[in-house]
Amino acid sequence: MSVAILRERDYLIASIQSDLTDAEVLELRDTLSERVGRYRARGIVVDVTALDVIDSFVARSLGSIAVTARLRGAETVIVGIQPDVAIAMVQFDLDLEPLRTALDLDEALTLLDRRTQGDGEDGG
Amino acid sequence: MEDEVRIPITSDADLVPARAEGRALANSLGFSRTDATLIATAISEVARNIVVHAGCGEILMRPQREHDRYGLVIIARDAGPGIRETEAVLERGYTSRAGLGLGLPGARRLMDEFHIVSELGKGTTVTMTKWRFRDELERLRDKRHRRG
Amino acid sequence: MDFENSGVAQPRLPAPAIETSLLHELIAYLRENRTNLREQWVRRITDTRLLRVMTPEEIFSEVTAVYENYVDALETGSVETLQAYARDLSERIIPRGVETHEVLGIVLLLRDVLARALFVKYQHDTDLLTRILDAYEPAANRIAVTVGVSFVEERERVIREQQEAIRELSTPVLQVRERLLILPIIGVLDSPRARQLTEQLLSAIQSNRAKVVVIDITGVATIDVTVANHLVQAVEASRLMGASAIITGLSSKIAQTLVDLGVDLSMMKTVGDLQGGLEEAERVLGYRPMAKGASASEAAG
Ligand SMILES: Nc1ncnc2c1ncn2[C@@H]1O[C@H](COP(=O)(O)OP(=O)(O)OP(=O)(O)O)[C@@H](O)[C@H]1O
Ligand SMILES: [Mg+2]
Repeated sequence: MSVAILRERDYLIASIQSDLTDAEVLELRDTLSERVGRYRARGIVVDVTALDVIDSFVARSLGSIAVTARLRGAETVIVGIQPDVAIAMVQFDLDLEPLRTALDLDEALTLLDRRTQGDGEDGG
Repeated sequence: MEDEVRIPITSDADLVPARAEGRALANSLGFSRTDATLIATAISEVARNIVVHAGCGEILMRPQREHDRYGLVIIARDAGPGIRETEAVLERGYTSRAGLGLGLPGARRLMDEFHIVSELGKGTTVTMTKWRFRDELERLRDKRHRRG
Repeated sequence: MDFENSGVAQPRLPAPAIETSLLHELIAYLRENRTNLREQWVRRITDTRLLRVMTPEEIFSEVTAVYENYVDALETGSVETLQAYARDLSERIIPRGVETHEVLGIVLLLRDVLARALFVKYQHDTDLLTRILDAYEPAANRIAVTVGVSFVEERERVIREQQEAIRELSTPVLQVRERLLILPIIGVLDSPRARQLTEQLLSAIQSNRAKVVVIDITGVATIDVTVANHLVQAVEASRLMGASAIITGLSSKIAQTLVDLGVDLSMMKTVGDLQGGLEEAERVLGYRPMAKGASASEAAG
C-alpha cells in the first residue's frame, strides 16, 4: 500500500506516499487501530505531505483514526498539511475539531512527548 | 470541444485519476495552485457520490475560454436513483445514508457555480464551474508570448 | 486600454495593390541605399531631438535593426518579426524613460524619409510614382501603427507588473524571530486581497517553519462579514498547518461589528495591541514569561 508505517519509541509514524483510494484510507485507519493495540503505542503521527486533496472522506477518516486511538490511550497528530489543502479544508467547512496538527515530524514528536509526559496543556 | 476530458466512474479507485485530471486541467487553464486544489476536492466529492449513491457514472471536465475569464466546468452525471429533493441536499447534514451530508454543500462552497438536475429513477447531473478572471496584465503578457 | 478588438495589431498587411515586380524594385532600392537612408533617418531623429536619453551608438544600432525589419515587413507583408522586435526594444527603452511620442515620432520619420527618397527617384514618372506611393503608404502606416501599439502595450504591461509587485510588497509577512511571523494588514481588506494574504501567510508559515503568527489588523478601518470570515479561515488554516495565530489590533468597533454579524470568534486568540501580541507569541514559543502589561485572552479554550 502507498503508506509506510514505522515505529519510533512509543509512537507509530504513518507516511502517506501518494494520493490514496478510499479503500486504502480505510485500510490505513484499520491498520493503525490494530497496531496501536498491538504495540501499545502512545502516539500516532500521520504525515499527509503527499496528499494534495483532503476531502470530507479523508478528513473524516483522519478524525476517526484520532478518536479510535484516543480510546486506546494514544494521541494522534497530523503533519504536513499543505497551504492550499488547508485553505480547501477550511472553505469546505468540515468539522476539524478532533484533528491535532503540527508543521512537521519533529514538531509532532515534540508535541507528543509533551503530552505523553502528562503536562498536556497547550495545543497545536 | 477538443480538450474536454471524460472520466468514467465505476469504483472509488476512479476518484484518483478524476482528481488528478481536474488538477492538471486547472493548471493548464492557469488556475492558482489553491484553486486547482479546490476544484480537485470538489470533483472528489461529486465523484464519490456517484460511486456511493448511484453505482457508476462519469465526470466530464470542460475548459471554457472567454476574453476576460477562463473557467473549468465539471459535470458529474449518472443514471442512478436520482435525488428527491435537490434543494435540501445543498443544506449541510442532509443525507440518505450513513454519510454526514457534507459533500454537496462543501463542494458548492469550493466552486463558483453549482447546479443539480435530478429525476427520480432517471439519474443525477451535477454541474459546477470555477472561474478565473484574466486581467489586462495577463492579456498583455499573453500577447508578448504569443509570437513568431 | 484594449487593442485586442481594434484590429490594428493584426500581423498581416493588406494585400499589396502593387505589381510584384514593382515591389521588388522598391525593396531592392531601399536595400541598396540603406546606408544613406539610415543616415538621413538618424540625422532627422537627432534634429528633432528625439531619443535623447540614448547614446548615438545605441541609436545607430537600433536604427539599423529597425530599418532592416521595416524593409522585410514591406517585402513579406508580415509585421510579426517587426512586432517582436518592437516589443523587445520597448522593454529595453521603457525603463530609461523613452516616451510614446518619441517612438511614434521616429517611425513616422522613417516613413517620411523613405517616401521622400521614392519621390526623388520616381519624380520623372508621375504615374509610376503615384502607383508606388499608393502601395507604399498603407503598408508604411500599418507598420507605424504596429510599432506604436507594441510600444504602448509594452508600457502598459511594465506599469501593471510594477503595480502588482507593489501590491505584493505592501503586505509583507515579516519574520520577527525564529518561528514567529507578523502579518501587518493595512488598508482596505476586500475578498481577493484577504484571499491573497491568506495564501501568502500560509506559504510563509511553511517556508519559515513558523509556530506562531501574529496578524495585526490595527491598520484595518472596517470589516464586513465576508472579510471577517476570511480572517477566521486564515486562523483555522494556520492551525491546520501547525501554527497558532494571534489577532492583534482588533478595535472595539470592529469587534462589535463582528459580534453583530455573528462571526464565530471562539477559535480566535485575540490580544489588544501588537506589543502584547508579540509577548504572548514569545510565551507560546517558550522564550520568556509573559510580560505584566499584556493581557492575553482566548475566547474559548
Ligand atoms: N449522484 C447521486 N445520486 C443519487 N443521490 C445522490 C447523489 N449525490 C448525492 N445524492 C443524495 O444527496 C445526499 C447528500 O449528498 P452529500 O454528498 O451532500 O452527502 P452524503 O454523500 O450523504 O454524505 P458525505 O458526502 O458527507 O459523505 C446523499 O445522501 C444522497 O441522498
Ligand atoms: Mg457525498
